[in-house]
Amino acid sequence: MAQTSLSHPAAPVSLEAAPALPTKRDALLSLGARCSLPVIVLLAVGFVAPLIAIFAYSFAKPRTFEVFRSFTLVNYAEIFNVNNTVWLSFLWSLGFAFATCALLAVIAYPIAYGLNRVFGKWSSLVSILFVFPLFVSENVRLYGWVLFFIKNGVLDGTLKMLGFEGGPQVLYQPPMILAGMLYVYLPFMLFPMTLGLAMVPRDLIDAARDLGANRWQIWREVELPLAMPGILIGMLLTFVLGIGAVAEAKILGGQSVIVISHDIFIGALTLAVFSRLDLDRLLGRR
Amino acid sequence: MTQEAAPKLPILQLVGVRKTFNDFVAVEKIDLDVIEGEFLTIVGPSGSGKTTLLRMLAGMDQPSEGNITLHGERINEVPPNKRPTCLVFQSLALFPHKSVGDNIEFPLKVRGVDAKTRKARALELMRVVRLPESYHSKNVMKCSGGERQRVALARALAYDPEVLFFDEPLSAIDYKLKKVLEKELKDLHKETGKTFIYITHSLEEAMVMSDRIGVMRAGRLVQVGTPEQIYNHPVDRFVSEFVGEVNVIEVKKGEEGAPWRGIDVPGAFHVRPPEEDAEADHAFVVIRPEYLRFLGAGDTAQNSLKGMVYNEYSLGSRIQYQVRVGEKVMLVELSRSKALPIAADRSVTVGWDAADAITVRA
Repeated sequence: MAQTSLSHPAAPVSLEAAPALPTKRDALLSLGARCSLPVIVLLAVGFVAPLIAIFAYSFAKPRTFEVFRSFTLVNYAEIFNVNNTVWLSFLWSLGFAFATCALLAVIAYPIAYGLNRVFGKWSSLVSILFVFPLFVSENVRLYGWVLFFIKNGVLDGTLKMLGFEGGPQVLYQPPMILAGMLYVYLPFMLFPMTLGLAMVPRDLIDAARDLGANRWQIWREVELPLAMPGILIGMLLTFVLGIGAVAEAKILGGQSVIVISHDIFIGALTLAVFSRLDLDRLLGRR
Repeated sequence: MTQEAAPKLPILQLVGVRKTFNDFVAVEKIDLDVIEGEFLTIVGPSGSGKTTLLRMLAGMDQPSEGNITLHGERINEVPPNKRPTCLVFQSLALFPHKSVGDNIEFPLKVRGVDAKTRKARALELMRVVRLPESYHSKNVMKCSGGERQRVALARALAYDPEVLFFDEPLSAIDYKLKKVLEKELKDLHKETGKTFIYITHSLEEAMVMSDRIGVMRAGRLVQVGTPEQIYNHPVDRFVSEFVGEVNVIEVKKGEEGAPWRGIDVPGAFHVRPPEEDAEADHAFVVIRPEYLRFLGAGDTAQNSLKGMVYNEYSLGSRIQYQVRVGEKVMLVELSRSKALPIAADRSVTVGWDAADAITVRA
């Protein structure tokens, strides 16, 4: 009871860490600015240069490389042509991206919750099973699906061999594309979400319950808002990837114009989203 | 809102409450009556099971055995949101995404109270815990440590519980502010008349605030009593040492009529037999440092020991001397005004009377 005077270790050491004297260079650029400059320049060039190139190409004759040498507005006329299917493709990819994002949020939430609170020591095994397919190329995995579902493929062929009517023909239809996207992008929703849920302290859940909240109220008032940073990052990732995914298919189809407009669109979207999000908060530096 | 002189009834009762986690016994057969309106503090070192006990009382854990009753009704399995009790967490568990006002209003919101009534009640509670009205919309994470304590307290009061639990809420607060908050908490207890059950590892904190103190050790409730009883009549060596720095001498009863003999310190001593067991022949003599004195020429005491001062510490108004007696170190505390010049060879005689020491059974 009488130890108080002993428990005050003097700490004069901290005096040595006084702020360094300002120098002439500090007036120009702070240390942070100087160190981040190379990254900023690299990213800006990498992001802006292609956009400028695309902008220049947009005034060039279609299917030529006559940048800066020809000037035409044909490409723009083409975009606003009512009969152009670009807008339809655009709507498809937007729709797919939204659907993927929304469905994955619903699918991944219970799994993320389980990984945090229910699975216990099994959660590391479950995580590994989710990570493992990422080591195999996306194209290879999707081709595996094709082999499985294609006519006379694994499913269809096996069923026929056993004397049944044959499997359902689900390939090359919108639901199948959506299923493929859900399958490929699940980890990109799951892991940020799991991280987000892990950031909700157990005490807060207990406290909310102790203060009279039922499960639904705890979820809505405490768990969801606090896990939101992780959920948002997951949604952003899957949405951006989802839009790009259809673009890849279009690359194979040879309609490069769409890819270009996607790139611009994604850039604008990312800017719009990030300008509204407080990144410090997102990264947990509340 | 003063405390009535009406007879105090037990509000919470624990009968044979036990909690095990697999093979580990966290809480062992606890019987305890909590009197309505009292400030009861459970003290114990970390790992003594006090937090587990509190979690069972709050409904976050269920006892493995035994019963917890509230107003005579068994509440073992009643979930926390259905109990008229509320816990102030060690971490405070404030909702970081909500303002001070929204934190305090949370228990009212989930109960469906309308926004206007909620705000009025929140402002009222903020006055009670001495938070300025302007803090209602302040981000709770921008509040200082002391302010957060007040928010947590106001939030718990908004639930309007019959019993308030505290899980070491002041452990991370600096000494000076802690003293202020201790006093405020005690005032608040008087004002509200609610039952407070407080958990801490600091007996000093317990002594200041409590009507009664329960001392826990290794899952058992070793002693329950008023601060005075705990301080002056500890039931065993553990409780006596928990109360503060003490000198403990192990003694054995000598032959018929002969005085007690020291085991770890050679010599014969005048010893009062242990209170709980007058027939015991093996005991610990516990002497608080402030009850020991240096014997100068001509001074006498019933018991004395010769030793060497090898260290002295200033405790502000008092000085603590460390005196080596054989293998043992004895602590002597004197008020500064009574401090004696130590002889050049630093040898001293330490003395005490049997009535100044407490004897507990071994």
